[in-house]
Amino acid sequence: MSIIEVKNVSYTYDKTKFAVKNVSFDVKEGEYVAIIGHNGSGKSTLAKLFNALFVPTNGEIIVDGISTSQKDKLFEIRKKVGVVFQNPDNGIVASIVEDDIAFGPENIGVKREEIGERIDFALKTVGMEKFRYSSPDRLSGGQKQRIAIAGVLALKPKVIVLDESTAMLDPKGRQEILNVVKKLNKEQGVTVIAITHYMDEVLNADKVYVLDEGEIALQGTPREIFKEGAKIKSIGLELPLASFIAEKLRQAGVPVKDGILDKEELKGAICELK
Amino acid sequence: MKEFSFGSYYPENSFVHKMDARVKILLSIAYIVAVFLVKNNTWINYLGFVPCLLFVIIVAVVSKIPFIKVVKSIKTIIFFVILSALLQIFFNKSGTPLWKNGFITDKGLYNAGYIFLRIVLVVMGASLLTFTTSPVEIADGIESLLTPLKLIKFPVHEFALVMSIALRFIPTLLDETDRIIKAQTSRGADFNSGNIFKKAKALIPILIPLLISSFRRADELADAMDARCYAGSKNRTKYKKMKLSLRDLIGTLFTALLIVGVCFL
Repeated sequence: MSIIEVKNVSYTYDKTKFAVKNVSFDVKEGEYVAIIGHNGSGKSTLAKLFNALFVPTNGEIIVDGISTSQKDKLFEIRKKVGVVFQNPDNGIVASIVEDDIAFGPENIGVKREEIGERIDFALKTVGMEKFRYSSPDRLSGGQKQRIAIAGVLALKPKVIVLDESTAMLDPKGRQEILNVVKKLNKEQGVTVIAITHYMDEVLNADKVYVLDEGEIALQGTPREIFKEGAKIKSIGLELPLASFIAEKLRQAGVPVKDGILDKEELKGAICELK
Repeated sequence: MKEFSFGSYYPENSFVHKMDARVKILLSIAYIVAVFLVKNNTWINYLGFVPCLLFVIIVAVVSKIPFIKVVKSIKTIIFFVILSALLQIFFNKSGTPLWKNGFITDKGLYNAGYIFLRIVLVVMGASLLTFTTSPVEIADGIESLLTPLKLIKFPVHEFALVMSIALRFIPTLLDETDRIIKAQTSRGADFNSGNIFKKAKALIPILIPLLISSFRRADELADAMDARCYAGSKNRTKYKKMKLSLRDLIGTLFTALLIVGVCFL
């Protein structure tokens, strides 16, 4: 069943240039979708369209049966679709971790006892129980972002949108976030929409959409996408290292097979060559 | 910059630290009133300051705060205090001169001492509140104390949220300032030489980027709050509840004792 339907959506900030142009796709419940594009491709605009921070100029987005243009259903939509933004520093509202996570449930009027339970659950999911009473200022970037994810989880969303949530983190922090997100998707069945410009972050995804100038340029599974090395390069994105090496090898006349995703597969493919 | 703490919160696990922030705020006000209640006529009235000083010392001991820290809290205002005392000494014309045709009068000297003690005691007492109560607790306490103002449509919740967000962003903005200073220094900016006007002008390349980035942060924060269903105080619940305990009663009685003592002396 589709949880989000994007129907011919366009969006413009200034009525002259469209940031998102006639985009359509469906996201199924429990799916892990990656949206990738370089700066200015319209991917962050798209993130804000999913939870009605923006309403499409043309077309319509339907979240679990509710159109995001219905003003009176705003909070219902935002309860269903949680967004984690790029910079956790600008998303954390309170000076104590548990107070920050309580912010969302407080806003929708959850009872006190239940807020406590939701904080427990959210912190456990992101593996930050130890920091419940800490100040976010003392945490690392990856830890802060995990708190931001916990803050969204406390609203019990069906869909989590990660709007370049790893872009400001070091490699360790990035890996932490990717692991948490993967766990959420596999164990709790939360639908994930990961928006990024790092190619290697789409490996976990069931489906990938490549955005270019506000339009969908490519779509498919990660394997299908990575076969299109030339097109990806022309859009201004980079293949993950393993796929890149495989392609270079092929160009140099070594017959490794198509659609290699990670270094394990690359190793396998090279070993098969003899 | 990372270790900056706003105000001067001194974390400790003491009787006073565990008291309810609202009670502590009210008792601090009561203490200040007590200091101002000290009679002001003759030298013997100076005795009225003794219970106040004792109060400060006892509270400091109970909260396990080194007394020297409490004394140091007057550092920032000491110039102002001494200045007003000196003004009293040299320009007060009432009372009898201490020596023939002298310009220093007994009344001037008396007033100087009186003003000095009063301000120093008020500041030391107030510092005990910020030593034993974190800024977040103070903000929550103020919100709770202001709740009755909702009747006259004062936006209590919004006011408290603005306060706590300001507190939350102080370390973040300090970090940012640090980064901007380093970035500008690495490009040859000089913040330490020249006269005061040159130095003030040198601050512009720090303040403007800071201002711009604050607006950007505010924008992103607003989006993040919207995304987490923020809709003002309507239908909002509160996770943390403040509770009064026996401790607060004891503290209140102790402060009442101080006021009685001051009134009798």
